Amino acid sequence: MTPARQAATLPVTLRINGTTHAPALEPRTSLLDALREHLDLTGTKKGCDQGTCGACTVWVDGRRVLSCLILAVAAEGHDVTTIEGLADGDDLHPMQQAFIEHDAFQCGYCTSGQIMSAVKLIEEGHADSDEDIAEYMSGNICRCAAYPNIRAAIRAVRDEATT
Amino acid sequence: MRPLTYTRAATIEDAVALVAADPATAFLAGGTTEVDLIRAGVSRADHLVDINALPLAGVEATADGGLRIGALARMSDVARAPAVAERFPAISRALVLGASEQLRNMASLGGNLRQRTRCAYLRDGVSPCNKRAPGSGCAALEGFNRGHAILGTSDHCIATHPSDVAVALVAFDAVVETHGPAGGRRIAIDDFFLEPGTTPDIEHPLAHGELIVAIDVPPAPIARRSIYLKFRDRQSYEFALVSVAVALEVREGVVAGVRLALGGVGTRPWRARRAEAALLGQPADAIAFRRAAQAELEHAAPREHNGFKVELAKRALIRGLAEAGR
Repeated sequence: MTPARQAATLPVTLRINGTTHAPALEPRTSLLDALREHLDLTGTKKGCDQGTCGACTVWVDGRRVLSCLILAVAAEGHDVTTIEGLADGDDLHPMQQAFIEHDAFQCGYCTSGQIMSAVKLIEEGHADSDEDIAEYMSGNICRCAAYPNIRAAIRAVRDEATT
Repeated sequence: MRPLTYTRAATIEDAVALVAADPATAFLAGGTTEVDLIRAGVSRADHLVDINALPLAGVEATADGGLRIGALARMSDVARAPAVAERFPAISRALVLGASEQLRNMASLGGNLRQRTRCAYLRDGVSPCNKRAPGSGCAALEGFNRGHAILGTSDHCIATHPSDVAVALVAFDAVVETHGPAGGRRIAIDDFFLEPGTTPDIEHPLAHGELIVAIDVPPAPIARRSIYLKFRDRQSYEFALVSVAVALEVREGVVAGVRLALGGVGTRPWRARRAEAALLGQPADAIAFRRAAQAELEHAAPREHNGFKVELAKRALIRGLAEAGR
């Protein structure tokens, strides 16, 4: 058992996109705030900050989760991937490219969360039909209602991946 | 958000001892409820004991045909487990229809059973609410109560229990296994969820520091063809207005076995025992289904905005029985 941590800031070791960081954080700091406010990784967005909008979706150990409801300190020892970790240098991830080609956003605020969710959706095998895509993407709200274009982007990557 | 302290527990005994020792200490599992409620100022916890490293995440198909689900198993993993989908499809379906995939990847089954109501008057942190501030009253009684309960209510609280999977677990007589300061015990799920009565702040019989370690589901051959239907304001990622878990066994046109439970309408996951009793031995037809639904909702207590749930719950029961009997 680790000793009780005090409310004061302590270095928290986070492995993000393959790089280890050790920002000084209070235990109440969310993973989302750690990314945005302490590590300058502002690609992950804060929408509702209460687990209802999906804008803050990241991967922890390869699973899509909501960074607003995870304490950064609880993410120690786990691999975190954010939207910044998706591209290979200047080569966009196929899902990022598909979102551009299918105009899958308007204001763009939800987009990084949509993309982080969409990549996993296909890996999970939940992209077979439009109904499945809508169901398993329902945790990512788009207030501009770009849903048809988001689904088109997902279908395109799905079909590329399966052919 | 108020300042917190944080400890990672390495053993169940450590976790229980740490939480039991201090009223303002709480367990942290998936965090989807706890972190949210601390941020909203509803949970008064200021020290969290992270239990995620404890070996409680397994989903086991037991030799007798039942299930043993570890308290830290995540909703998405339980939904996908072949044994769950084969033996208790209603449990699997209820999980898939709850929350979003991101939340299902985080939320644990133990946490699901201990989640708080989504009543807006509890969560706003200021309205009269006998759950949050005992004795302060209930703003929902005369407030906007469209989503509130019609079964198991009292003059002190009409908050709806929000869980989907708990509805299916109640239908199949699950048992909640805990480890607390006084040792381990097993609690029938019927005794786990308490009606509000005069003490809506007491939602379950757990002592402070008592940790759910597993959920056992006893074998139930009838459950192999069970279903879970959910009716809500939008198609996905929404709490139920009404939901129903149904398993039905018909022999020569007569109801030989039935399990029924309702969600979205009760102050706790609602086992529909009146409807079950009305059905047993009766012909499995639309008339008997309607009579059973009437019997269950006879004592419903709707308020100003949720009267529609009475008829909706009846129709959900009837449709569920019809679909399960196919």
